[in-house]
Amino acid sequence: MTFVPKPRVHHPLLQFNEIGLTRRDYEGSVSTLCAGCGHDSVSAAVVIACNELAIPPHRFAKISGIGCSSKTPSYFLGASHGFNSVHGRMPSVATGANLANHELHCIGVSGDGDSASIGVGQFAHIVRRKVNMLYIVDNNGTYGLTKGQFSATNDRGSTSKRGVPNLYSPIDLVSMALQIGASFVARSFSGDKQQLVPLIKAAIMHKGFAFIDVISPCVMFNNHNGSTKSYQYVREHTASMVDAQLVMPHEQIEIEYAPGTHKEVDMPDGSVLRLRKISETYDPHDRVGALNHVQRAQEQGDVITGLLYVDPIASDIHEVLETTSTPLNQLEETDLCPGSEALTAVNASFR
Amino acid sequence: MTSYNDFVIRFANVNGSGSASANGMFAKALFRMGIPVASRNIFPSNIQGLPTWFEVRVSEQEYFGRRSEVDIMVAMNAETFEQDVAALRSGGYLLYDSTKGRDPRLARDDVVPVGVPIARLILSEFTDPKQRQLFKNIVYLGVLTSLLNIDFSVITNMVSTQYKGKDELIQPNIHALEIGRSYAQNYLDCPLPIQVRHSEKLADRIFVDGNEAAALGAIYGGATVCAWYPITPSTSMAEAYEQHAGRLRIDSDTSERKFAIIQAEDELAALGIVIGAGWNGARAFTATSGPGISLMTEFLGLAYFAEIPAVLFDIQRAGPSTGMPTRTQQADLLAAAYASHGDTKHPLLFPSTPRECFDFAASAFDFADRLQTPILVMSDLDLGMNEITSEAFEWDDKRKYDRGKVLSEDDLDRMDVFGRYLDIDGDGIGYRTLPGTHPSKGSFFTRGTSRDEYATYTEDPDAYSKNMDRLLAKWETAKSILPSAEIENEERRAGIIYYGTSATPMSECLTILDEHGIELDTMRIRSFPFGPEVVDFIDNHEIVFMVEQNRDAQMKMLMVNELDLMPSSIESILYYGGMSISADFIVDEVLSYYQANNIPRIKVVST
Repeated sequence: MTFVPKPRVHHPLLQFNEIGLTRRDYEGSVSTLCAGCGHDSVSAAVVIACNELAIPPHRFAKISGIGCSSKTPSYFLGASHGFNSVHGRMPSVATGANLANHELHCIGVSGDGDSASIGVGQFAHIVRRKVNMLYIVDNNGTYGLTKGQFSATNDRGSTSKRGVPNLYSPIDLVSMALQIGASFVARSFSGDKQQLVPLIKAAIMHKGFAFIDVISPCVMFNNHNGSTKSYQYVREHTASMVDAQLVMPHEQIEIEYAPGTHKEVDMPDGSVLRLRKISETYDPHDRVGALNHVQRAQEQGDVITGLLYVDPIASDIHEVLETTSTPLNQLEETDLCPGSEALTAVNASFR
Repeated sequence: MTSYNDFVIRFANVNGSGSASANGMFAKALFRMGIPVASRNIFPSNIQGLPTWFEVRVSEQEYFGRRSEVDIMVAMNAETFEQDVAALRSGGYLLYDSTKGRDPRLARDDVVPVGVPIARLILSEFTDPKQRQLFKNIVYLGVLTSLLNIDFSVITNMVSTQYKGKDELIQPNIHALEIGRSYAQNYLDCPLPIQVRHSEKLADRIFVDGNEAAALGAIYGGATVCAWYPITPSTSMAEAYEQHAGRLRIDSDTSERKFAIIQAEDELAALGIVIGAGWNGARAFTATSGPGISLMTEFLGLAYFAEIPAVLFDIQRAGPSTGMPTRTQQADLLAAAYASHGDTKHPLLFPSTPRECFDFAASAFDFADRLQTPILVMSDLDLGMNEITSEAFEWDDKRKYDRGKVLSEDDLDRMDVFGRYLDIDGDGIGYRTLPGTHPSKGSFFTRGTSRDEYATYTEDPDAYSKNMDRLLAKWETAKSILPSAEIENEERRAGIIYYGTSATPMSECLTILDEHGIELDTMRIRSFPFGPEVVDFIDNHEIVFMVEQNRDAQMKMLMVNELDLMPSSIESILYYGGMSISADFIVDEVLSYYQANNIPRIKVVST
């Protein structure tokens, strides 16, 4: 048995959120990943973010593919339904789940093998379809469950644990997402909770397709000298472009007036996304500029993190398809069945 | 002697030449005269320039199967002229374009040539080269109205309806019809001894193809999500769903759509979307064909183990790749029945008529919800893409959808413990919950395997085996829910089994066999797994034939496997050439079996 339920003990110091829940209510079962795995930090960040957003935990739907990353939806939001589906196919399952009920917050968790290799086609197409969801890739550059093969996001020349260099060029999911038209694109580092939590919050509240590529070191197979996805390498080569902070509509909006260091983005639900710009020239509304930045940095071996692009007035798949405001899975028989009278007319059209 | 309403006419055309609409009009006109008709489009995997044939079987006796003997050939394709001449039965009629004189390849003196200088007639009347091409088809249609005595007003009315709103097209079309009609009246012996007349046979029946019928069935059955990838011959089903839902499923107040349709990036994604929607409580389906089923097998296995409702329409076609895929077969049975890795099996439905496509499509969503598993509706190209006379669709407004065992928030409040895979009712089916239902109860993590009755992760061998056994119990339940075989049993010595479109030529086949002194009991399989009536029928007949349109006797294999039969207990009649099976073929096979085995007949037939 590898399932360990977490004891539900309320620590007196735990704070209640606006709907009277604590962080504990947003947790899942105990992780079975390796100690120190970056993915566990991502799960922890999801827990914090969802708690701070004070969304009832059962109003999420968690979908994943196959791999270490795809196990993690067990480890957060235990009160919500989760679906550990097929390798590389999380995007299609998430699309279907979102089509059935647009009112649930959809969180998809995938890995670099899942999204950049076997599922690269599905990744590209869910971006096109504008599914309203948070799509997280726990990106460690390696296949953990099968013991350390290179994944497609691994940089050329980066070495395996045995010192063998990777011979092939990497697929950068952030660049792909930008190029195909994702309306929210970010990159972060699993070890940087301060940056990751607000990004997750903003991504959940974003209406449209929100993608976060989280560099998440594999302590077993990809955390050695020579790896470009190790804790040490990423810490040394991170260039934080834009930090995000989400101010909910009902919160007091405090704005620090430090010219050139902040950018505020009005979100359609009335909330404000506040971005701290490290680089003064960076414009998070400029898709082409974002692509440029990411690829220039990559050339220099730097990892750009932060919110790279956001379209605050994005649309989602339900707007495109003009579906009903009542979720499709809640339509009654009277809504769905045209009845015998309409069928008489249908029959007549075939005579 | 004049015969009425009983012939086969074949149109030989070049695809992309606009013949489809004229030929379709021909078939529909006869239907509107009250005559039972079945049409068949034999087309290449190509957009323009290759040979295509359109066949109409006109039959007062309602014999709708393909008949290999052609009575009238409309030979409009120079490339296939020789082969088209050869396809005519002795004494048949060959309508051809005689602008350049009699084609020397018309080297048969046992057929009646009917030459009409179609190109020349058009040349003086139309100047636009595109119109000259298109109206050739309309001119031969006009010729046929005279030759066959078709009610001319029926055709002109159809032209007016078809081009409603494009009035400038109506007059030239009618003019082209009249050119053909008056040429025939002036220069040909009209009508031919083979002709049509108004009939009362149809009552309220309809003329429709199976794909459109299935699409309407999906709408009536409550499907809200369709995800698909273009593949002949299934594409028209998804397109028909979109078209009809766009009319029948629009909110009258808000104009919002009560459905969602996604053309996915491939068949894997199409089924993934369906499964995601099914998991989240929407009725969802995909339409595909054999290669799509191949790609969907991984997801089918997941849905089987994770117990997620889904409906798939497999419009079967021949073989892999291009070419033969525009021909029909029933060759996906094994691929569908046992699709995926691990121990998996899936319920299948076998519609035989457009009406049944409608009925089975609507019911498939009930079955999928009740059984919490994928249901595959096994249609084929012949049924899916060809218009045929069918019973009208019916819907009982008192009918309620069976949404299966889904717990509401109130249900969960009344429960102490929720176990997703507990077999509480002894039918192998657990109770499921939909995401977002209850703040603290009923949530679970969906996986393929590795779970216990409470959906908790485990790799325990006993828990795995127990779950697999429960799935078998559910399989047994399926037998009592799915449509049983349709049997006509008069305790004869021999019986014949068929399913899907192999049923189409059967009434004709039985009549012919009867003339040969052979009477057969019949069983039409409508679903898999098989109910007890199937094994009874086989046990109670000394000789059992099974008609299939595949090489490997796939239905027989399913029966041998699932019913523990001796393979020799079923005699296969297999056709797999890609055209739909004809009564002649079946009759020949049965007769040779009787002859080879010296089986006495009911009555002596003088030959």
